[in-house]
Amino acid sequence: MTYLTIDHVSRHFAPHLTLGEKIAARLGADVETRAVQAVTDVSVTVPRGRTLGLVGESGCGKSTLGRVISGILPPSTGTVLLDGKPVMTGGNKTTTRVQMVFQDPFASLDPRMKVGEAVAEGPVAHGLTTRAKARDYVAGWFARVGLDPALADRYPHQFSGGQRQRIAIARALAMQPDLLICDEPVASLDVSIQAQIINLFLDLRRDLGLTCVFISHDLSVVRHVCDRMAVMYLGRIVEEGATETVFNDPAHPYTRSLLASVPELVLDADDLVQFVPIEGEVPSPHAPPPGCHFNPRCPFAKDICRTEKPPLKPLTADRFAACHFAEEILAGAAT
Amino acid sequence: MSPVLEVTGLRTHFHTRAGVVKAVDGVSFKLEQGEIMGLVGESGSGKTVTGFSLLGLVDPPGRIVEGSVRLNGTELVGMSERDLRRRRGREISMVFQDPIATLNPMFTVGQQMRMALESHGSISGRAAAARSEELLTMVGIPSPRARLRAYPHEFSGGMRQRVAIAIALLHRPSVIVADEPTTALDVSIQAQILATMRTLATETGTSLIWISHDLAVVSSLATRLAVMYAGRVVEEGPTADILRRPRHPYTQGLIASLPAMAEPGAPLTQIPGTTPSLLSLPPGCPFAPRCPRATAACAAEPVLTRDGTRAVACFHPAEPA
Repeated sequence: MTYLTIDHVSRHFAPHLTLGEKIAARLGADVETRAVQAVTDVSVTVPRGRTLGLVGESGCGKSTLGRVISGILPPSTGTVLLDGKPVMTGGNKTTTRVQMVFQDPFASLDPRMKVGEAVAEGPVAHGLTTRAKARDYVAGWFARVGLDPALADRYPHQFSGGQRQRIAIARALAMQPDLLICDEPVASLDVSIQAQIINLFLDLRRDLGLTCVFISHDLSVVRHVCDRMAVMYLGRIVEEGATETVFNDPAHPYTRSLLASVPELVLDADDLVQFVPIEGEVPSPHAPPPGCHFNPRCPFAKDICRTEKPPLKPLTADRFAACHFAEEILAGAAT
Repeated sequence: MSPVLEVTGLRTHFHTRAGVVKAVDGVSFKLEQGEIMGLVGESGSGKTVTGFSLLGLVDPPGRIVEGSVRLNGTELVGMSERDLRRRRGREISMVFQDPIATLNPMFTVGQQMRMALESHGSISGRAAAARSEELLTMVGIPSPRARLRAYPHEFSGGMRQRVAIAIALLHRPSVIVADEPTTALDVSIQAQILATMRTLATETGTSLIWISHDLAVVSSLATRLAVMYAGRVVEEGPTADILRRPRHPYTQGLIASLPAMAEPGAPLTQIPGTTPSLLSLPPGCPFAPRCPRATAACAAEPVLTRDGTRAVACFHPAEPA
């Protein structure tokens, strides 16, 4: 059953020009006046209780899409539906059923607010608990995320990075959300702490039946926690499907190169791994190349790729790819 | 053949108001010519301070209190700043994590490369430009001659790091210390830099110390690994051997906790607890409080003991293969 529906969502950011800059631009000065298309025409659905991974490199639009889904940013066009109802109507956020966990637990907690108060603030404001019962309510969530409830009276700087991320998770879950959006929740943590937080996430997701969107650039983490994944490049989804299918047999040339670029621990080879790096760099989102955005770096690019944007089309029952030659690539027949 | 770099019993301590932080507390290793060694550890393990200590770049309140760093047979610890300056860049150089902070925004890349060249002897403008262009070509920067006239902000993050690497290579140093040089970069750019670095180390015969928290990155580049924990090297040896059969319980935990080591969706093996504060290290083995194999013997401090190509600092190491 579909819980989250993202329907043709686009989001662009136009530069806010001061009067002086507008005049300078009119006179021919080098002022950036073009809008950035951060997310372009993205459609994807997530069934209840499932986790969708959003992966891609910096600037691919994965975080912007996460913010649009959570209702922090309104989409420029398109709609986000939760259980059939829009998250935003007329610019107003109508639901508290989406919560978000951010990358940097040093920046996402107010340094002058006791952590217990930070966790209680939302639930009290939305009537999930009363001010009188807030302490016990918070204590329950602290225990749930593996923190000593006695620590609720401390300030964020008294905690380590891993503990702060637990507090951030407690704050999100105390709102009793149905949908949790995690934006790089383990990227700033050490490897041994990362494992603790991933395990906590897996436990909570199972026990609470959460639907999740998990944004990460770390493909091994995504493979571990996500049922499905969507690979983004310059604002568009280029491939979407069951995680194992995409990992085992990527259909889009970008996914293939991305997976080939990830250094892996190879235990059964005496030689070092050979890299096949993608040529070139991600083009500017101000002026993405026409046609398929990946064409300048793609080893399979033909004339059609430079002129015509490939639609995201179904390849098999559980996979979509936006590539003119996806079938040939999967069959190993592309040149 | 004698090693290019030989570090023995290095201790770098920071004397702060809260107490003495023993950031590096007894690190020893050797580096052969053309060898790539990975220095791995989590935050606070002392890997970066070790790198800085090698170049004598530790600022007060930090100080090398003990130990020796011999570069091509010359002792660097206790050397005057003037003599150190003559060696930095020429015999040993460093690539930092953040190329934006390394490069001066006020000068073009060509000017900065020329300054680096001039700092170790006079060189004509034409020769400097030629050498700079040669290096930029070597690290894979397209149209190098034109790019010499560009400012750092005109480069992308990956290209900027390539420039920093080119500058580090200008004087053909025997050792380059690279401190998390790809951490700030995207995976596809990281793969490009790793591939470039591997080729460069082979072609130029430069030895490389690659500092990183990412085991996968290090293992794809380095032939030898040193794993650090709480200021000490706890395990050292050939990369493939360590990854396949880690002997120290910390190394075992670190490898086992990687998501790639578990079935998707299954719980990950986790190391309990957190890394200790370097201000109040327990006596004895610093890993003992988190260690599944700790016994009463661990109240004493284990010494890094060599056994063939491998070394481990543990009273209860796993048997080697």
